[in-house]
Amino acid sequence: MQLIKDRHIIDDTWRYLADDAAPIDGDITVSLARWLNDKAQLLGHQGKLGVRIGPSDSAADLADDLAHLQLIELDFPDFADGRLFSQAWLLRCRYHYAGEIRATGHYMSDQVFYLSRVGVNAFKPEQAGHLAVELSHLNDFTVQYQKSVN
Amino acid sequence: MIFRLQGTKTLTMYQYNDTDQTLVDERVAQFRRQTEQFLKGEITDDQFRALRLRNGLYIQTHAPMLRIAVPYGLLSSRQLRKIAHIARHYDKNYCHFTTRQNIQFNWPKLEQVPDILAELADVQMHAIQTSGNCIRNTTADHLAGICIDEIEDPRPYCEIIRQWSTLHPEFDYLPRKFKIAVSGALHDRAATQFHDIGLHLVNNDAGETGFRVLVGGGLGRTPIIGQVIKPYLEKKHLLSYLEAILRIYNLFGRRDNKYKARIKILVKESGLDNFADLVEQEWLLTRDAQELSAERIQAMKMQFVAFDYDADAGQDHSFAQYQQDQPKFATWIRHNTVAHKMAGYRAVFLSLKAPDVPPGDMTDAQLDAVADLADRYSFGQLRTTHRQNLIFADVKQADLYPLWQQLDALKLATPNIGTATDIICCPGLDFCSLANASSIGIAKEINEALDDMDYLHDIGDVKINMSGCMNGCAHQSVGHIGILGVDKKGTEWYQLTLGGSSENEAAIGDRLGPAVAKHEVTQAITTILDVYVKQRLDGESFLDMVKRVGIDPFKEQVYATH
Repeated sequence: MQLIKDRHIIDDTWRYLADDAAPIDGDITVSLARWLNDKAQLLGHQGKLGVRIGPSDSAADLADDLAHLQLIELDFPDFADGRLFSQAWLLRCRYHYAGEIRATGHYMSDQVFYLSRVGVNAFKPEQAGHLAVELSHLNDFTVQYQKSVN
Repeated sequence: MIFRLQGTKTLTMYQYNDTDQTLVDERVAQFRRQTEQFLKGEITDDQFRALRLRNGLYIQTHAPMLRIAVPYGLLSSRQLRKIAHIARHYDKNYCHFTTRQNIQFNWPKLEQVPDILAELADVQMHAIQTSGNCIRNTTADHLAGICIDEIEDPRPYCEIIRQWSTLHPEFDYLPRKFKIAVSGALHDRAATQFHDIGLHLVNNDAGETGFRVLVGGGLGRTPIIGQVIKPYLEKKHLLSYLEAILRIYNLFGRRDNKYKARIKILVKESGLDNFADLVEQEWLLTRDAQELSAERIQAMKMQFVAFDYDADAGQDHSFAQYQQDQPKFATWIRHNTVAHKMAGYRAVFLSLKAPDVPPGDMTDAQLDAVADLADRYSFGQLRTTHRQNLIFADVKQADLYPLWQQLDALKLATPNIGTATDIICCPGLDFCSLANASSIGIAKEINEALDDMDYLHDIGDVKINMSGCMNGCAHQSVGHIGILGVDKKGTEWYQLTLGGSSENEAAIGDRLGPAVAKHEVTQAITTILDVYVKQRLDGESFLDMVKRVGIDPFKEQVYATH
């Protein structure tokens, strides 16, 4: 699978670890709940660590752990749920997270410009065919009226 | 920037710079691409719905409806001519002015909407965020900058808010729509107590001017009066405080039920104090990074400087003479014009409530003619009001008589501003897919029943607001008399309320009794007005009498005759 990161299409090296799955090697993402439960064990993991959050999760729960995380995945169950836009802003501006923030799930290709402005720097569309489209939508506007992350 | 127009006329309204123009042009290009993708089946109905709503486009009963933003109700004659042109070429030769100072077209073709938006961008207009769950057009006092009771002109702040809220990346997918209104006067003409955020320019004890911030007001299904969340906010913190409220709302507003998703429900369910604490904590963390500089405010104020008024305008004697000689003109002056802060000038209301015309509608020919009159008599500008009329804000008293004659010929001089036939009305069943009621037809019936101008003027200030459904687009719950269309087993019924007000003494109307049938509405209204005429005290207004006696005397008569 491929994704967009920092405006380039690259291969996705990350693996999704379900809450009931045994740990595997390599770069893995876990749910916020699993991270909070198994933090001690996961910190010994060989490979990079990422956490998946949804709209009802709180970025504040990760505030003290961000140094251990190379990826935070924003998992959109519904493009109309805008909470993750604020979560991304909080991760960047309030908690100064510098790693990858990736949009996944049911976001809209037409939302990538706004997502990039609130600090999302990677996009993994549900359909691989949307990669080129999303790359171009990142340039929908050359001007902006207000401060955000970017 | 003061924009010179036709020699002596100047525009004192915000003029787009390169950034503003680029932004609307890029938005048009984006929507053109989105429309093409939708028509080719490349984006889903659901996705396109969200995208088109954020460009003002609804799909209605008969055709799409396009809502265009009129920022804080201010229009130039050039913009009005463009609206006339769009009405002629893309619609059925008319447009509709809404209760939030915007303009709607009822018959555009979906494929042509990108072209319409491009035409609008040519005259510094757009339809961005006029619907959808995002921050909507910021509205203001329609007498801003010219009224005698003003602390400070709210329009520079409205424009600052317009820019901040336009394409705000974090707040475009809120739980529900979000409306902001700003008033700078002692008398609240902007219904600020019924907005998600209401801002009042006020003076503090030190004599400085800042904002009193209200939150959680709103109409619709659950009308609630806004509460003061910050009694005094320094101007430099305006945007940071708005941002803090919006972030808390975006994160914690309910998303499980669209009827409980407005910020008013969040404020009510969490309690004002708890909500205010959350906002305060958020704001303290961000306010220093978002300060509005004094220079930015000053530069924006320069876009709204007063016109170059004629200091001798008050020397004219013809105005008094015409009023003496022409009782009809004097009546129009009394009802359709108001005082101006500059001696020798008045603000003129153009009534869009003529008998036989759906409230708030204008034809392309009227629009063009009004644009010409604005150039000739009112510095090339006009304003829209939330009661769906227009205003020429700066007319010399010597020009009022010829202006009246020309407005009369255009059927825009019905002397009914603020009276019972100045009805706020939604498009209803005739156009809207949500409506239960034919609001326009009822408004016409009431207008016909109250065709005696002397009677109408004797009744005086009565605000009738009529909505075709619970969504309350015509603000029926704050009408002195509210009329709400409800559906009972497929037939139209009408729920009446009395005693609402959207002004300083904000109130939500009390229900009169059981809903009445469609053919009984007009009689119920005339009965209510008759009770008032018979039982009022000397000089007592309708609203004051309702407050004094309650609804019972009205109820007895209305239901006695049915």
